[in-house]
Amino acid sequence: MSESLTTVAYLGATILFILSLGGLSNPESSRRGNLYGMVGMAIAVLATIFGPHVTTAGIPWIVGAMVVGGSIGLYAARTVQMTQMPELVALMHSLVGLAACLVGFANYIDPAASAHLAGAEKTIHEIEIYVGILIGAVTFSGSIIAFGKLSGKIGGKPMLLPGRHLLNLAGLLVVLWFGREFIHAASVQAGMTPLIVMTVIALLFGIHMVMAIGGADMPVVVSMLNSYSGWAAAATGFMLSNDLLIVTGALVGSSGAILSYIMCRAMNRNFISVIAGGFGTGGGAPAAKSGEEPAGEVVPIGAVDTAELLREAKNVIIVPGYGMAVAQAQHTVFEITKHLREKGVNVRFGIHPVAGRMPGHMNVLLAEAKVPYDIVMEMDEINEDFPDTDVAMVIGANDIVNPAAQDDPGSPIAGMPVLEVWKAKTSIVMKRSMASGYAGVDNPLFYKENNRMLFGDAKKMLDEVLVALKS
Amino acid sequence: MPLVIGVPKETAAGEKRVATVPEVVEKLIKLGFAVAVQSGAGDAANFGDDTYRAAGASVVDGAAALWASADIVFKVRGPTAEEVGLMKEGTMLVGFIWPAQNPELMQQLVARKATVLAIDALPRQLSRAQKMDALTSMAGVAGYRAVIEAANAFGRFFNGQITAAGKIPPAKVFIAGAGVAGLAAIGTAAGLGAIVRANDTRAEVADQVVSLGGEFVKVDYEEEGSGGGGYAKVMSEGFQQAQREMYAKQAKEVDVIITTALIPGKPAPRLITAEMVKSMKAGSVIVDMAAEQGGNCELTEPGQVVVKHGVTIVGYTDLVSRLSRQSSTLYSNNLLRLTEELCKTQAVKGDGTLDVNMDDDAIRGLTVIKDGSITWPAPPLKQPAPPAPKAAMPPPAPKGHGGGGAPASGTRAAAMFGVAALVFWLIGASAPPAFLAHFTVFVLACFVGYMVVWNVTPALHTPLMSVTNAISSIIAIGALVQIAPPLLGGGAARPEDWIRWLAVAGIALTTINMFGGFAVTRRMLAMFRK
Repeated sequence: MSESLTTVAYLGATILFILSLGGLSNPESSRRGNLYGMVGMAIAVLATIFGPHVTTAGIPWIVGAMVVGGSIGLYAARTVQMTQMPELVALMHSLVGLAACLVGFANYIDPAASAHLAGAEKTIHEIEIYVGILIGAVTFSGSIIAFGKLSGKIGGKPMLLPGRHLLNLAGLLVVLWFGREFIHAASVQAGMTPLIVMTVIALLFGIHMVMAIGGADMPVVVSMLNSYSGWAAAATGFMLSNDLLIVTGALVGSSGAILSYIMCRAMNRNFISVIAGGFGTGGGAPAAKSGEEPAGEVVPIGAVDTAELLREAKNVIIVPGYGMAVAQAQHTVFEITKHLREKGVNVRFGIHPVAGRMPGHMNVLLAEAKVPYDIVMEMDEINEDFPDTDVAMVIGANDIVNPAAQDDPGSPIAGMPVLEVWKAKTSIVMKRSMASGYAGVDNPLFYKENNRMLFGDAKKMLDEVLVALKS
Repeated sequence: MPLVIGVPKETAAGEKRVATVPEVVEKLIKLGFAVAVQSGAGDAANFGDDTYRAAGASVVDGAAALWASADIVFKVRGPTAEEVGLMKEGTMLVGFIWPAQNPELMQQLVARKATVLAIDALPRQLSRAQKMDALTSMAGVAGYRAVIEAANAFGRFFNGQITAAGKIPPAKVFIAGAGVAGLAAIGTAAGLGAIVRANDTRAEVADQVVSLGGEFVKVDYEEEGSGGGGYAKVMSEGFQQAQREMYAKQAKEVDVIITTALIPGKPAPRLITAEMVKSMKAGSVIVDMAAEQGGNCELTEPGQVVVKHGVTIVGYTDLVSRLSRQSSTLYSNNLLRLTEELCKTQAVKGDGTLDVNMDDDAIRGLTVIKDGSITWPAPPLKQPAPPAPKAAMPPPAPKGHGGGGAPASGTRAAAMFGVAALVFWLIGASAPPAFLAHFTVFVLACFVGYMVVWNVTPALHTPLMSVTNAISSIIAIGALVQIAPPLLGGGAARPEDWIRWLAVAGIALTTINMFGGFAVTRRMLAMFRK
């Protein structure tokens, strides 16, 4: 295959990737979108293998590596639980990051790669290697920590080192200084030390960055790492002068960046403050103490009474949160939904953009449980309907339904858009206990006149509600 | 030895309610009390002795034995002098007492050193007190029953129908007073299909009337009629004149009038005169819910159904007892909530202790006699400070895609363009052309990505992430081209093994991603369905 044929194959792959992302604009076309992505990837890989840059000697190695990697990947994809999706995605980001590092190192020690370069071009090439490895390393270690946090192997609480901003700043300066050293290095051996030091610092920085971020900010982190893995690919593309890599990396990078932006907006938080870490610590004063303590009392309710309320309602909106994912209650939720819909109750779902631990987490869980997606609404679509709703059932969510975000300017979550469940005639909050959410903010919703608390494990309680509904 | 809550049989004539139903007995026992019920107490409300026994109450024969055993007595109506005589000293009594109307009863209770919680003295304006508000729950029942009585006495359907036998016009119902009872009546009558009109001196209830399916009829006169505590006040002569004219007009048009107008501590206002009754169509019905306080209609005879000038005037004073099972259930729930309030201080949940906390506004209002000394009337509630006008909410950020928000202001846009121009100039001035070609591709790809991704529906954000993740394994190409490149004869020794192993590892890692990412996306997308 000639150089030109490879180039047009790459062009085809690029178009297919763009179509693939475009296909996700609605669920109907999304399956085809995914197919485009696969075809594009196959074309790109095959064109490379049979292109002018790979000799036949490499093929056994390639096949071996791909069989191993492919089977692991397929196995993981088959067995992963939908509730574990955020972990899987985070883990996969780390692989991209690690691969970017490996490719960067391999490229650096390969004399053939830079043999024909001189002057400014050589400098730029070295900067590209340096930056590529930097981003790759941050993505790798950050994603590993994100994986640990999401899977519960590492505690969800933000770990805040004293003077962490200074630490980061110092790290950045060291990286810049070694970057200078690296570019001026006379030989590959001399350049290796600064490169490795930088890699270690980048790894530490990635760890530190994600450690400092609270569990509720995870959707931002996951989408940010998604973005990083794209930039790592783009940087690798620059390094190898490969436009396909650049384009694909840029697509992925901007996609992740937009998702991060959407997530931040959904929490009314500034991107910088999320990355700087820690919830509510940016403002100085201990934020949780500000504002009024919610007054009133909590009215508990049992599963039977809940079923009663649901049965007699005309309009029901269910607001799921991370608690539903933890309890694996989505199937029971669907059973209840199905039962109510057969009885003529209008049941819909209201999804907050940051419900769960990654963008779109709830949608995937509900889809897994076979909830038809046309009754699953976005926050903006459904918020106006709460006043006409008889029962709003909140399953394992807290901060995203906190009226303090609207009423209490002193609240740490003030200004965050929330689902206005308290405007429904009755709201039922399903929770294990009165503990506050990730934001550590008390929730005045629980004390509202028209609110009822259904305490217990979401799955168990919903099962009871279902039994009561059917009887 | 737990405190005993006693539930005597109501003695007032025609009173069919009972203060505690079996369902509530169970909950009271959970709070740590013992419950004793007089035999036959619930019969009139269809709660037999056996159901009480099944709920855990002991059933006691005769009033004397019951009053003697009870530490706390739940009643509906205030006790008679006889009953007070049976009472133990220091007993706590809960029920409708009406302390203003019954000064003698108050004195008798004081003599027994009783603690008396008058459910009618509840400060109703406390939103916290709503769950204990028996006046409201009883009024709701009465309003419902009033419509049923009207329908019973009325010779036609309430709803309009077009049948093979001819067209039936819907009944027109006018409801005077849109308090709790009035609103319940509006809802019930509208539910039966009648055309419902309603009037109240408090203009602010108009929305509530409309929300229940009624039409609010205004009096053509400007005056604010809200008298605090959710009641209306006496209106000026000019207003009353205008109101009379409006009623006279309605009387000629409608088929059914239900009057609910009450002013606390005063006889009911005379809204419907004999003249108006005369002007009504034959067969029309008036239900006068204020009969007990003298009636809103001149011709009402309390407790009786009379026909005057061809109009049936229902003056029942026991509308609530006519739905005794329902009203008993609601009333006993009110009492249960009250008991829970009293038990709030329990050190151990369900230890059966209670505390009449005079610092609690709701309980302070209810308590008319505390340990034998009169505490009625309660001091007026501190008016809660009017809620501060809500800070003007910033206009919600415009939704929509493409970066959201209004276009950046002129200066900001200019600044951004300035910075971008500077960056581009710097790159252009220093970078070699080969780099610039790639840079062009990069920047344009970022824009394409931006445009495409904004169109992704939020429901698919997770699949978007996994598919972009799969696509980013395109980095495999970087490893592929390193594994065995055609030798270019570049003299320097190439560390083949190192590079190969790094590349093989890179390929293996990215293929995990590639296959795993696409497969899991496929799995997810297959689940999305209508």
